[in-house]
Amino acid sequence: MSAPDTAATLRDAVVSGARSAEEVCREALDRLERLDPALHAFNTVTAERALAGARDLDRRRAASPRALDSLPLAGVPVAVKDNLCTRGVRTTASSRILEHYVPPYDATIVTRLEGAGALIVGKTNCDEFAMGSSNENSAFGPVHNPWDRTRTPGGSSGGSAAAVAAGITPVAIGSDTGGSIRQPAALCGITGLKPSYGRVSRYGLIAFASSLDQIGPFARTAADAARLLDVMAGEDPRDATTAALPAPALQGALTGDVRGMRIGVPRRLLDQGLDPEVREAFLAALDVLRGRGTTLVDVELPRARYAIPVYYLVATAEASSNLARYDGVRYGFRAPGTSDTDLRTMYCRTRDLGFGPEVKRRIILGTYVLSAGYYDAYYLKAQQVRTLIRQDYDDAFTRTDVVALPTSPVPAFRLGERVDDPLQMYLNDVFTVSANLTGLPAISVPCGFTRGRLPIGLQLTGPGFDEAAILRVADAYERETGWWKEVPE
Amino acid sequence: MSYEPVIGLEIHAQLLTRSKIFCGCSTAFGAPPNTHVCPVCLGLPGALPVLNRQAVDFAIRTGLALGCRIQSRSIFARKNYFYPDLPKGYQISQYELPVAVDGALEWTSDGQTRRVGITRVHMEEDAGKSLHEGFADAARRSYVDFNRSGVPLVEIVTEPDLRSAADAADFFERLRAILVRIGVNDGNMEEGSLRCDANVSVRPAGATTLGTKAEVKNLNSFRFLQKALEYEIARQTELLEEGGTVTQETRLWDAAAGVTVSMRSKEEAHDYRYFPEPDLPPLVIDDARVEATRAALPELPAAREARYVAEFGLPKTDAATLVLRMPGLDDYFEATAQASGNPREAANTVLGLVRARMNDEGIGSVDALRAKLPEARLAELIGLVTRGEISRPVAKDVFDRMFASGEPAAAIVAREGLAQIDDEAAITAVIARVLAEQEDAVAQYRGGRTATFGFLVGQVMRATGGKANPKRVNALLRQALEAES
Repeated sequence: MSAPDTAATLRDAVVSGARSAEEVCREALDRLERLDPALHAFNTVTAERALAGARDLDRRRAASPRALDSLPLAGVPVAVKDNLCTRGVRTTASSRILEHYVPPYDATIVTRLEGAGALIVGKTNCDEFAMGSSNENSAFGPVHNPWDRTRTPGGSSGGSAAAVAAGITPVAIGSDTGGSIRQPAALCGITGLKPSYGRVSRYGLIAFASSLDQIGPFARTAADAARLLDVMAGEDPRDATTAALPAPALQGALTGDVRGMRIGVPRRLLDQGLDPEVREAFLAALDVLRGRGTTLVDVELPRARYAIPVYYLVATAEASSNLARYDGVRYGFRAPGTSDTDLRTMYCRTRDLGFGPEVKRRIILGTYVLSAGYYDAYYLKAQQVRTLIRQDYDDAFTRTDVVALPTSPVPAFRLGERVDDPLQMYLNDVFTVSANLTGLPAISVPCGFTRGRLPIGLQLTGPGFDEAAILRVADAYERETGWWKEVPE
Repeated sequence: MSYEPVIGLEIHAQLLTRSKIFCGCSTAFGAPPNTHVCPVCLGLPGALPVLNRQAVDFAIRTGLALGCRIQSRSIFARKNYFYPDLPKGYQISQYELPVAVDGALEWTSDGQTRRVGITRVHMEEDAGKSLHEGFADAARRSYVDFNRSGVPLVEIVTEPDLRSAADAADFFERLRAILVRIGVNDGNMEEGSLRCDANVSVRPAGATTLGTKAEVKNLNSFRFLQKALEYEIARQTELLEEGGTVTQETRLWDAAAGVTVSMRSKEEAHDYRYFPEPDLPPLVIDDARVEATRAALPELPAAREARYVAEFGLPKTDAATLVLRMPGLDDYFEATAQASGNPREAANTVLGLVRARMNDEGIGSVDALRAKLPEARLAELIGLVTRGEISRPVAKDVFDRMFASGEPAAAIVAREGLAQIDDEAAITAVIARVLAEQEDAVAQYRGGRTATFGFLVGQVMRATGGKANPKRVNALLRQALEAES
């Protein structure tokens, strides 16, 4: 398979009239139909919605040749993670409890993407309620990694990552609570960006952990990621946690020139269960960046080693509350035969049958963390350490412009290999959770392969709301290397 | 041994915003079920709260009117529990850092100053309403109406400073008057826009430690509050006197039976797992906003009550009744007083004729009263009395007709020929006739039984159909009786 078109290429072809949006859309739907049975990246295909949008674009262009000029995503097929609400389209969060749930409204980013001309071709499979690092927690079965179908695509946004890696769509949308965009991007050999907390509206994102969740793009190139984020970013009157900042205009930041930029490397974190091949690729990537004129500096992030326990206290506490609404009363799944029982029985059976084991594990853990007598020792303490980790990063950013780490300590592991060891699974997030705890922007870009041809990701973290810095470095790295052009067979 | 009750109140007041606290849905009462709802107040997946600015202003106003300090930074928290009318599985409230703290309400009753500390005022959202009755399948099913879900509330928590059921009812009434006066609440307890729970314990008189308390819920009128507290104080006192102990628990007031009944024990109490609401940033209120709100506060009920006494010369009880008894009655009185130029007559009429008629006709609000009888109309009647154009007995008659027909007082007086007779000759003629008819009474008067004078005045008034100016009748009758002796 040759390298698929980027979003920019497709968009320009549609805007110029070289290709019709409908044709571009049909090709994506054809690829989806052909490839997805082996990947299981999609929960729902929205062919009619996408084609209707495409035909609308074509009509508008036919009426006025310049009608699409202002649309940065005209005719670009997009896959959207199934925890983002789509009006009239089933939105499941890959949970039994929302298996047949159809939202009456669109998430803000769905409105923005479609307003920019994007065509949503389907809703992608993920870990249930975005809880997981392997996609094996989906109630509908896991996604398979396009590079090796016996392996995980990563998680939780595994379907979106696989859709882009397999070339079904040039770009996709995921959500990232502890690495759920960056880790699958790394394991699938594509680019994935978690924006700064507050950069993108969460309105319509089915919440996992509200203070950590951010929506972000998957793409083949940093330029495409910037293009998507430019559309998605910005204050939203429906989300009080969005930042009142002007549009970042990120595409302009991709100059290719990173001379004089300082790349911070927290070398002490590299001894934490890092796969040797990942280490090798990471160090080689640093060399490439140095070759582009950056300076490598050592940084200390002394409290970052507490990130995993802090993350699993904060995230589960918030999740236990966010998931309380799935109670069988108003919408979603209700356990059969419980309508005529007492309320408590209905609640218990509905939640027992409706949630999978990992979701239940986290609800129980989070409930415990917030309970009277434990709150101070766990939740409060975790929030205090969270502040300290942010201070570590703030200190580091006085000496460096971005912080580099591997995205995942290991390449894609085999499906089923780790399902019985949740703690080991949690350690996959060791390099990614800090960006969520601190709210900082972070990106994963392809930086090589193992000898077994499994992709490896380089993670760059930037100062708050400086997506421009990490995108500029990612783009420069990409210009120097060809990893991003590699496609699975 | 004698026992002393210790009482603190928690009052929930719905704020009079047009839209809900975290979404744009209407707060109007009485719409068909589940018509004022959206993804936010239904707790649909992915929906997020956005704070209503007006609700914050009302909360600041409430805090200031209760003498509180407004916190420059307060935070919202989630109170987690499962119930079908709670759509998110948590209520967004305030916990550790409420919007206002450290206030007090002071008033004088029976010549004694009462002071009740206000611990805190915090903002929160209301839940939906569970409906268990009125459906064909009500025995097997309950229904939920989410129109009320997300209506903004303030919860006002007092210190345990109250020492009797009567004081508690008094406090609640004064608090209501304040909330209504500052325009944040409609004071309507029947529709549940003002609700009260009480924490009550008893202890041996003179003790300084607190006894075990019970929380009594469902106290939705001043009378229920007082009765429930009286019952609960007696119950706890009796328990202690018999050597028993009070159990910490939540009890429900059963108005029909006139008793409190146990709802849940301390062991069954929820662990609400409060934590800061991550979907809302901290609420920051700067000094300028606080001071602007303070400057815009209207005259509060206590000041108004004092002014009625000082400026209008009203008796204290009348001033208190006007200010406290029914929301907005003081505004109605003031408008009437101003339009008529006779505040005392206006007060007497409002507290006498008007209130009696409202009771008779079951008129429950000042708005309903105003619709029947605008202040300007009532002021016209008072003007007629003030200027001596009609007598007081006639005024009552005209009032009744005015209330029924909505006609102006002057038109009724003209049509019915009710104008006061003030003409000396006419009254003298009537007196002459009456004295001629009442020879015995006249003789008695002249024999020294001066009490008969009142009877003769009455006869003259009756002969004029109550229209004669009573003062003039008095003078001319005395003249006539003296002259002929």
